[in-house]
Amino acid sequence: MSQHHILALFNNFDEAEAAVAELRASTIKGFSFDDLIMKSPIEHPEVESVLGERSANVQWFTLFGALFGGITAFTLIAGSQGNFFAQLKGGKPIIPIPADLVLTYEMFILGGVYITVLGFLICAGLPARRSKLYSSNVSEDQVGLLVKVEASAAATIKSIFTKHQALEIQEEAGK
Amino acid sequence: MEKDIRESIEWAKINGDVLKSLESPRPLFWVILVVALSMFGVGVGCEVYQYQIGMGVANLNNPQVWGLYIATFIFWIGMSHSGTLLSAILHLMHADWRKPIYRFAEAMTTFSLMTAGLFVMVHLGRLWQFYYAVPYPNERWVWPNFQSPLLWDAMAIFTYLSSSVIFLFIGMIPDLAICRDHLHPGWRKKLYTVLALGWEGTDRQWRNFRVTYLTVACFLIPLAVSVHSIVASDFAMSQQPGWHVTSFPPYFVAGALYSGCAAIITLFVILRYVFKFEEYMTLPILKKIVRLTFAIAMVWTYLNAVEFASVWYSHDEASKAVLIQKATGIYAPFWWMMNFCGSVVPFVMMIKRFQTSIPVMFAVSLLLNLGMWLERWMIVSPTFSHGYYPYLWDNNQWPTLVQWGIVFGSFGWFTLLFMGFCKLFPSVSMYEVKEMVYHRSLANKHVEQSLTMNVNELEEKGAH
Repeated sequence: MSQHHILALFNNFDEAEAAVAELRASTIKGFSFDDLIMKSPIEHPEVESVLGERSANVQWFTLFGALFGGITAFTLIAGSQGNFFAQLKGGKPIIPIPADLVLTYEMFILGGVYITVLGFLICAGLPARRSKLYSSNVSEDQVGLLVKVEASAAATIKSIFTKHQALEIQEEAGK
Repeated sequence: MEKDIRESIEWAKINGDVLKSLESPRPLFWVILVVALSMFGVGVGCEVYQYQIGMGVANLNNPQVWGLYIATFIFWIGMSHSGTLLSAILHLMHADWRKPIYRFAEAMTTFSLMTAGLFVMVHLGRLWQFYYAVPYPNERWVWPNFQSPLLWDAMAIFTYLSSSVIFLFIGMIPDLAICRDHLHPGWRKKLYTVLALGWEGTDRQWRNFRVTYLTVACFLIPLAVSVHSIVASDFAMSQQPGWHVTSFPPYFVAGALYSGCAAIITLFVILRYVFKFEEYMTLPILKKIVRLTFAIAMVWTYLNAVEFASVWYSHDEASKAVLIQKATGIYAPFWWMMNFCGSVVPFVMMIKRFQTSIPVMFAVSLLLNLGMWLERWMIVSPTFSHGYYPYLWDNNQWPTLVQWGIVFGSFGWFTLLFMGFCKLFPSVSMYEVKEMVYHRSLANKHVEQSLTMNVNELEEKGAH
């Protein structure tokens, strides 16, 4: 079965939300609710109530990055101090833990920030090419719903969008 | 009294107004740019001269080895703190009034840090020895001292600068996509297309964006505090009279937030006029920043008094002598001016009608920043010129024109970077302003609904 991509643009979030709710309640053959993507000019956390809880896993990257940064920093600093025989220590500790904790702390943050951003790029699927079904109105004031459906279900989906006052419907046949 | 941002403002208009600022600012923009370029030119000239001849032309020698360079370094580091305050702390506190102004505050953070970094190199004289501050060993495998606050400083500033740049960029991605979608084809559009990373505003992107922004904000707050605490440790962990004070780190952090907030007021006034942002950088927002600045001014005043008291009652004669010398010696006019600008001038901000007066607040913000710059100078120089040994009491090392020229040039460099940024990238966050008006109108709708329900309930009860 060939797949169709349909993008419907709505004037506001409420209309798009109503369309999503109807799509969720319906059992249209050839359409999976998980394939629905909402595009909006601002963040709508309330969308989770209709789209269902979709996870963001960036925090795991953060945890890894912060621990990696901190541990690596302490290991490298302590390692260099441990191998540092060129200068006499005069009875002072070879690895001064309180002093080393300052740089460990800085690297804990540095690792946390860098890897969080890497995690964001991976989890958000960026950088990416813009999809063909994209309207610049989404970055202005309209809300878009993008669905991937089988050709047989396209007409039903479009009728739902029309019912909820979609301003414009774009369609593209593809894989 | 001017009103706050209209809830009914069209979102397309928000895009249009901000995008217009990228293309057609008021002519004052070009005047500022030319002046900044000239100031920067003076700074570069002085630096080249100092590089060719040596540090003698700056009148820097033992004991006065830091002079205006390190004082100005601390000033620029301090300026950077308010960007984090506005964008991270207020973000976590859900203060929505920060939304139209946090972008330029973040940019200010980044460019202040870049300017501060220059002074580390300038004060060395021998620029090629900058690598001494970087943690890698020399040819004899002698590592830098990891217990030195100077090394911590280099790492902390690098961490803060790179994290701030990332924070600024991440927060700007949705706006870069707007620029990509709505600007005319040309080199700018190509630039925004690359930088927007293919952002489409999908629910997946927003979800991850929200978590990332919040997480980086959480990291930046302790980072900002640590950076200035470490800068304070450069002084407090030494044995020099006047510097070995326990309250230095919080004192430095308060001073940093103070000067940063004052700078935000200055730049708020300039951007509001130059880029025609009167509808977004509103007077109620100015009022809130002014109140915040006043609160921080009082914290700084308290910590300043604590510092004087710690020295005065410590029975450390050398530190006491430095304090007396500050108040009565050759630095006295500057020390008193610092106290006046830092602790007395802020009381103007208590007067209600001045809180929204643009000319008054502009003048006050400049005076506050003058006070904060003098504060840093009064920390650095008097101690060097009145140390433990009388033979080091040297009052003949007044900053030369070369030093003043480089300090002057740094303001030009900062202005060039900052104004260039505002011309190239949206300095008002379009998507956050939209979020702000959306949530405000939603909240109003809820209030109206609940009021209508209450009225209906009362009417029903009355009917019974």
